[in-house]
Amino acid sequence: MLEQVLYVLSWIMLTVGGFFVLVGGIGALRLPNFYTRMHAASVTDTIATFLVLGGLLLQAGLTIATVKLIAILVFLLLTGPTASYALANAALLSGVKSNATFRKVNGKGSKSGAGQETSVNQETDASQETSASQENNEEQSK
Amino acid sequence: MREEQSASQSKTPIILSWLVILAVVWLLWSGIYKPLVIGLGALSCLLTLYLSHRIGFFNESTSIHVIPRIMGYWWLLFVDIIKSSIDVTRIILDPKLPISPVEVELESAPKGPIGQAILGNSITLSPGTVTIDVYKGRMRIHCLTEESANDMIAGKVNERTAELTEK
Repeated sequence: MLEQVLYVLSWIMLTVGGFFVLVGGIGALRLPNFYTRMHAASVTDTIATFLVLGGLLLQAGLTIATVKLIAILVFLLLTGPTASYALANAALLSGVKSNATFRKVNGKGSKSGAGQETSVNQETDASQETSASQENNEEQSK
Repeated sequence: MREEQSASQSKTPIILSWLVILAVVWLLWSGIYKPLVIGLGALSCLLTLYLSHRIGFFNESTSIHVIPRIMGYWWLLFVDIIKSSIDVTRIILDPKLPISPVEVELESAPKGPIGQAILGNSITLSPGTVTIDVYKGRMRIHCLTEESANDMIAGKVNERTAELTEK
């Protein structure tokens, strides 16, 4: 009885996981520019990974394969964002525009002022504080 | 590097506990318990320790104290990830595609390199927010919508990471 419940549950998790992979793919096609497309990819990276590997864990039962699956999960979650950061930072440094509004937040987590909301392109002219801003600025002056 | 003198006295127990962790992990992943294979495993554990020592891994006093506390942190992060995944999925499947990209510049609360790495990766991991630059303790974060930016700030991930690594 319990075995059947676990079996059904694992297939539900695998199916829902597959659905989120599909959503990630649809998002990567529908969203307008590079940075927003990265957000779609992170749906596939996180919730889809949880569900697919969770489903496989239920299929595997308590064996040494369980430990390996958990290790795969942990390493995917540790290395995924590192790769995303490398990709996003490379895009930023090579001057890919994001068309986003810019906002500064201080360490306490509240907005530091109403006058801070400007478009990114203006902000990079005004502020030299981040390395990438400088790079962007050079890119624009070319 | 800064605290090399004070850290060097308490290094041995840290190195030993890493050896235990590495050995347990290796035994679990190998699953084959023959003398040759175990010998190779022991060698690779020692080699890993030596290389970690060479890159100055054991000078960072935070690295091992974080491990017992990280489970609670991971749980909160997991809840955040599920919530924001569902939000992003809704946005992607909405025919109107209601996005409003925002870039947030956040003063990072953790000051050490490990804390900042954990913070940046946690933010990237939750869908809807991606860290695109870290420079002198400032994180530049691209958010898919205004709401995801507000959720990230209200979610106190910054403060939680500082608590995890620096207390």
